[in-house]
Amino acid sequence: MYQLKFDEKRCLACPDGACLVQCQYLKYEADPARKEMVKIFRGEDSPVLQDCVTCYACEEYCKRGNHPFYLINERRENKGILTAPRAITRQWIHIGEPKGKYELGRIGKIALSFGFMPQLKEITKGRLFDDVMPSYFFGQEFFCNVVYIHFANTKVFKERLPVVIENIHKLGVEEVVFLHDECYAAFTSLAPAYGMEVPFKSVHYFEYLYNRLTALKDLIRPLNVKVVYQRPCSNRLCGDSHLFVRKIMDRIGATLVQRTYQDETALCCGSIFRAMYGYDLMADVQGRNLEDMAQSGAEYCIFNCHGCMNALSPLVAARGMTPLHLIDLCRMAIGETPEGGR
Amino acid sequence: MESIVQALAGIVGKPYVSASAEERYFYGRDPGLMPAHAPDYVVLPRSVEEIQAIVRLAGREKIPLVPMGAGMSLSGLVIPQRGGIVLDMKRMDGILKVNEAARYAVVEGGTSTGKLHAHLNRYYPRLRFSTPDSPAAATVAANVMIHGQGRLTQQQGFNSDMVSGLEVVLPSGELCRIGSCALSDDWFSKGPPLPDLSGLFLGWFGATGILTKVGIKLYPRKKMRDVEIFITDSPDFVPGILYELTHTEMAEDINIFAQPLPLIFSGNHHIVIYFTGDSAEEMEFKKRTLFHALDGFIKSKDGGFMTVGEGMKKTLLDMPQRSATTFADVTKGGGFEYSGPIVPIDRYPQCSRKLDELAVKYDLKYHATARIIDKGHAMMFAFSFTFNRADADMLNRTRMALSEASEYALSIGGLFWKPTLDEQRIALEKMDPQTARLMKRIKEELDPQGIMNPGNWEGI
Amino acid sequence: MKYAEILHRCFRCGYCKFTLDYENFNCPPYRKYRFDTFAPGGRMWLIRAWLNGEIENSERFQEILYSCATCGNCVEHCAFTFRENLVDIFIAAREEMVNGGRIPPPVRDYFKAISIHGNPYNLPAAQRSSWAADLPVQPYDGQEYLFYVGCVGSYDERGRKIAQAVSRNLIRAGVSFGILGEREPCDGNEVRVLGESGLFEYLAETNIALFRQLGVRKIITLDPHAFNAFRKEYPAFGGDFEVLHYSQVFSRLIESGNLKPGNFAARVTFHDACYLGRHGGEYEAPRNILRAIPGVELVEMRQNRANALCCGGGGGNFFTDILGGEGDSPSRIRVRQALETGAEILVVSCPQCAKMLEDAIKAEGLDGRLTVADAGELLDASLRGH
Repeated sequence: MYQLKFDEKRCLACPDGACLVQCQYLKYEADPARKEMVKIFRGEDSPVLQDCVTCYACEEYCKRGNHPFYLINERRENKGILTAPRAITRQWIHIGEPKGKYELGRIGKIALSFGFMPQLKEITKGRLFDDVMPSYFFGQEFFCNVVYIHFANTKVFKERLPVVIENIHKLGVEEVVFLHDECYAAFTSLAPAYGMEVPFKSVHYFEYLYNRLTALKDLIRPLNVKVVYQRPCSNRLCGDSHLFVRKIMDRIGATLVQRTYQDETALCCGSIFRAMYGYDLMADVQGRNLEDMAQSGAEYCIFNCHGCMNALSPLVAARGMTPLHLIDLCRMAIGETPEGGR
Repeated sequence: MESIVQALAGIVGKPYVSASAEERYFYGRDPGLMPAHAPDYVVLPRSVEEIQAIVRLAGREKIPLVPMGAGMSLSGLVIPQRGGIVLDMKRMDGILKVNEAARYAVVEGGTSTGKLHAHLNRYYPRLRFSTPDSPAAATVAANVMIHGQGRLTQQQGFNSDMVSGLEVVLPSGELCRIGSCALSDDWFSKGPPLPDLSGLFLGWFGATGILTKVGIKLYPRKKMRDVEIFITDSPDFVPGILYELTHTEMAEDINIFAQPLPLIFSGNHHIVIYFTGDSAEEMEFKKRTLFHALDGFIKSKDGGFMTVGEGMKKTLLDMPQRSATTFADVTKGGGFEYSGPIVPIDRYPQCSRKLDELAVKYDLKYHATARIIDKGHAMMFAFSFTFNRADADMLNRTRMALSEASEYALSIGGLFWKPTLDEQRIALEKMDPQTARLMKRIKEELDPQGIMNPGNWEGI
Repeated sequence: MKYAEILHRCFRCGYCKFTLDYENFNCPPYRKYRFDTFAPGGRMWLIRAWLNGEIENSERFQEILYSCATCGNCVEHCAFTFRENLVDIFIAAREEMVNGGRIPPPVRDYFKAISIHGNPYNLPAAQRSSWAADLPVQPYDGQEYLFYVGCVGSYDERGRKIAQAVSRNLIRAGVSFGILGEREPCDGNEVRVLGESGLFEYLAETNIALFRQLGVRKIITLDPHAFNAFRKEYPAFGGDFEVLHYSQVFSRLIESGNLKPGNFAARVTFHDACYLGRHGGEYEAPRNILRAIPGVELVEMRQNRANALCCGGGGGNFFTDILGGEGDSPSRIRVRQALETGAEILVVSCPQCAKMLEDAIKAEGLDGRLTVADAGELLDASLRGH
């Protein structure tokens, strides 16, 4: 079975305990933070195992190459500490179960991965994608299964992820552009952390978009709009890609307005909190986040993940902002009229 | 035969009488599993006077008479067990009156629930009635006659509890008004403060008279409506969850479903909570209250609110809910039937386990669905099986499963809802003999010739 | 029988016979007869019973099958996934009946007339172009469009007026078109829906061969029924033409500025033809024409577009008249619905609807209160003198 690579020594020598000190949901000073992480590694009890809300952010806060959240996840599973109600976990495991109903486009050397998000099929249209489409794949057979780390469950992805890697490999692709952070992170963060080999090149769609916008720069008419960006949990597992958000906005003439909950201090969309912890945590986090967005004076709230978008779109709209996927905003900049932009 | 057809044609007009094989075939069965029995005549009356004349004719000639709406009970309640005349009421489909201030409507005996729903939507956007999830063709009169349930049953009880007056053609052919409308033209009460005579007709499946007009209570219709689904992995938690939810008095309707397919639903019990409001604030307040009511279950990880996607939301908020009908074709078989006993809500776990057991035993695709009645005084629990109409063996297995489900429900204190003839007989046998005797006396008094939907509530 | 494997899947729940909002029953034969046997669910169950030998092919059963207007309301509103095939199933059952040789006399007469005379009116082919005698309409000879007029437009008095009006508009707009005149075969749409698939096949192949021989690529049809046959049925026989209903042509000509309607002050309502709307998916083109005529005020009936009540002429009933007659025949209900809007003109886009509804106005005693005009005629009237 796959084992998590985690180096205790790096925690023992950690100068700042950033993983827990920077946490948006738990309050720890540097010393106790370090101590708790070591305790967790050694399999001892820790309040962190009870209180962590699975926002994934500590994976990004740790700059020492360790995997604090993956470790918390492992230990919770060992100790049988549930994050989500059992019924919710069961439902999610059922959702990801392969059923032989996948869809393949005309697969080339480079392919787009829609994972198991049907909405992605609808937005990958127009010039931005015409040099790769219709090379795409979609379905549970290609679903990364990372989401189960929300549910204190490693078993599912340890079983399914190697099969998914093999399924993609069998398509004969050399390079995959992932339209969802979680899938991209599966092959660039989670798989390596567990020693799984990935026989294809993984590209985050931010990078792809940025390159396409560069190639199509003659078509770009600067949008001159103010936007805020809702950063999803899974982007914490592939923090490097986050740098592209600003670059893309610059390229299309959108101003990313300054606000409190952005970049490393971003807040969760609340949809996982709702399912796992109920109303109060969801309402508190959504309330603060939305108030912050509204005060920034932005016209658009830009999404990267459809999970966030489903949870926040009506709330964002009620505050007078237009919810829009980042791809749709880019399409508008090159003169296209995406469904979501109407 | 020919003289009866002529006599009927003399009453309703020739185009609206049939003794043809085609009508006798179709009106001799329903979409459920009860054995067919053809009527001799099918008649489509247009007025109360025509019905009175038909009833008098039937009385003179001692011909059985079965009034029907859309024939959607599934349990064969309008299959003419002894032939005779089927009275298809659907030409009498007027909406005679809506009293907005007193919140009631008066409809004719063949008016569909769909039509009343549409009428209120169009002309009275602040009023609604308890729309059932039976197909829109189901009539208001038949729905209250079988003690149907609808969108407001969680708040207000059985749809028959919401009747505000009746007009009935008695088996003698006399016309009788029940409730406040017996004294004036106001249809606000079916009985109180006078003796409530509506019980002589409701639940009798036409065996004591034909409903020609129904007064039905209307209720405030809020501008907004939404739905959330709380899921749990064990039926044992369901009664407690229901108790907390009904305590809030915030839900419009509460349904439960559990089914093995599609896989996303497998192994969980889904408590579907509808709520309404006139403003975003009211909606949020109700949502918060409903969520908080279940905090204990969330904390102990015994249940949680699932994400309801846009597509599913649309399906659930649909009124009437078409998905309740399309269950019939899950296996491309065109049929489903359920045994839907009314049981106390603490029997949910037993019923649920029994259904699992029956599905395995008879190798059937199933679906459990339940609706809370009157804030939890009881629930309708449907042991529901889908079947292939073209597969005789499956039809038989389904019949056996349904019969076993009904027996079981009775054994744990449940009451049959819209019982088949067999179930009526079993209920009469189990009932306090004095009660059964009282029912017999009522039937004999009202219908001494036994011509009204014979077979029903006859028993002992 | 084709589709026999679907029959048992009908739950006879009755969604098929309503409008989308359940306000009204919208199945034409059910509106007239009111027995459930005459609704789609009844037909499904009875066809199954017939194939299983539980009922006979009686006159009543023939009436049940042949009163269906194939209007497609059930296809719009049925709750089940097989709804797309409902009309196909009813046509397949008619085919089965035709193959068995026992069909209603008017249906038999219709087939006979088409077989012998090539039209249902038993009139000589030579009269097919007499409607155009006073118009500068050319025989088809390589023009851009073939204007396919069809039997009703060629022979029926009401239909001929519409053909004339449509032609005048085409001429005004400078459209290059020609007609087949006496060479024009019947399109066969009604032959097909009445269940004579062999004769339909013959007509389709004859038409296709003729069109090919003449080099026809683009067709404008007067009648939505022909529009349906050419678009949906002919490709199976290799007929691959660009097919437009005249309302689509006018809508485009108006949009491009090549046809500028004149003033015509009237309050009108519009009746959707089933074979243009529900079957053809075209609800807007005729409305675009009406909206473009200055002075025309368009008031919709409650039941419009996919919820429109059929005039009762579809499915061959225009010729067999099984659905006609009494007070609750679909055409008479439809003109009452039109009257409710307060319109003075009931606009149609089909010669069959025009005739059906005009007769219904007479039967209802509404002469002088409501008149029927085809959208092409209204456009023509607005352009008189232009």
